[in-house]
Amino acid sequence: MPTSLAQSPGARVGVSIAVATGLYGVSFGALSVASGLDVWQTQLLSLLLFSGGSQFAFIGVIAGGGTPVAAASAAALLGIRNAVYGMQMNVLLHPTGWRRLAAAHVTIDESLATSTGQTDPVEQRRGFWVAGVGIFVLWNLFTLVGALAGDALGDPKQWGLDGAAVAAFLALLWPRLRSREAGAIAAACALATVLAVPFVPPGVPILVAAVVAALIGWFGYRSGPDGEGLEPDVDPYPADPHRGAAS
Amino acid sequence: MNLWLLLIVACVVGFLTKLVGYLVPKKWLTNPRVARIAGTLTIGLLASLTIANAVATGQQVVVDSRLGALVAAAVALWLKAPFLVVVLVGAASAAGLRLLGFP
Repeated sequence: MPTSLAQSPGARVGVSIAVATGLYGVSFGALSVASGLDVWQTQLLSLLLFSGGSQFAFIGVIAGGGTPVAAASAAALLGIRNAVYGMQMNVLLHPTGWRRLAAAHVTIDESLATSTGQTDPVEQRRGFWVAGVGIFVLWNLFTLVGALAGDALGDPKQWGLDGAAVAAFLALLWPRLRSREAGAIAAACALATVLAVPFVPPGVPILVAAVVAALIGWFGYRSGPDGEGLEPDVDPYPADPHRGAAS
Repeated sequence: MNLWLLLIVACVVGFLTKLVGYLVPKKWLTNPRVARIAGTLTIGLLASLTIANAVATGQQVVVDSRLGALVAAAVALWLKAPFLVVVLVGAASAAGLRLLGFP
């Protein structure tokens, strides 16, 4: 007999991760308008793209003077991991009909991590939906708050928003640097980016780095554990080291 | 117009990528090489976006207050600060360095 929803461990973790993640939608909103997108475009990304890494990638390329094609490419490549997450969630949930579309839309690092950290199938289901839908609602709400605030700030540089963008990308990368190999991949791709900057248009160095990362993944795949860097970037269960988020 | 179009393209591609996981046979994406490339791509793109936003200005590599923000953010992350705090540290250090006269 499953516990009631109010006492459900999956739902509880889902709520706390939704609040924590939803709040930082404010930084996406502010940085997005600072990059030159308007409030509508910013909100559309949170409503329809709805994947933090891809959204930050899109505005990061635009902020650097890259073309919309380069921005969309970076966002698309960074979203590939969501396909792998979707496959994992499909095994756990088997959604059908409209639920399959809804589940796909809220398949992100946080909902996967919340769900896979539970062992009871009912809790896995609750954790996924509460985290996914909760983040969707709060992320969009705080995106709007951030976009309106960013619009009112004026000169983004004076407020250090370009520095905030750098910090946001590093914070998205940081939890994935759990192994020496992950660090080496990050270093190689950062170096490739810097070397490419003078020779190709803005935005393209990021795609050069993507090629380097894919080549390392393709040719070096025996040297590390499967799915290196594919762990979700959050661990909703930090208090229990034996129940890893990606296990 | 072009920006709007590509923005919508990015949204559609992003959603379809998620949906693919629910539609294709399990063995396609459990292929270790596919899973590994999805992982290395994620790391590589985020590392590239970090450094590009820190030092690239158009087609030039420039050292300015953004690099200070990168270092400050790294320290904050090392001290296990939450995401939003790290972002604020990045903004404050870039704004602060500019107040001190750095470019």
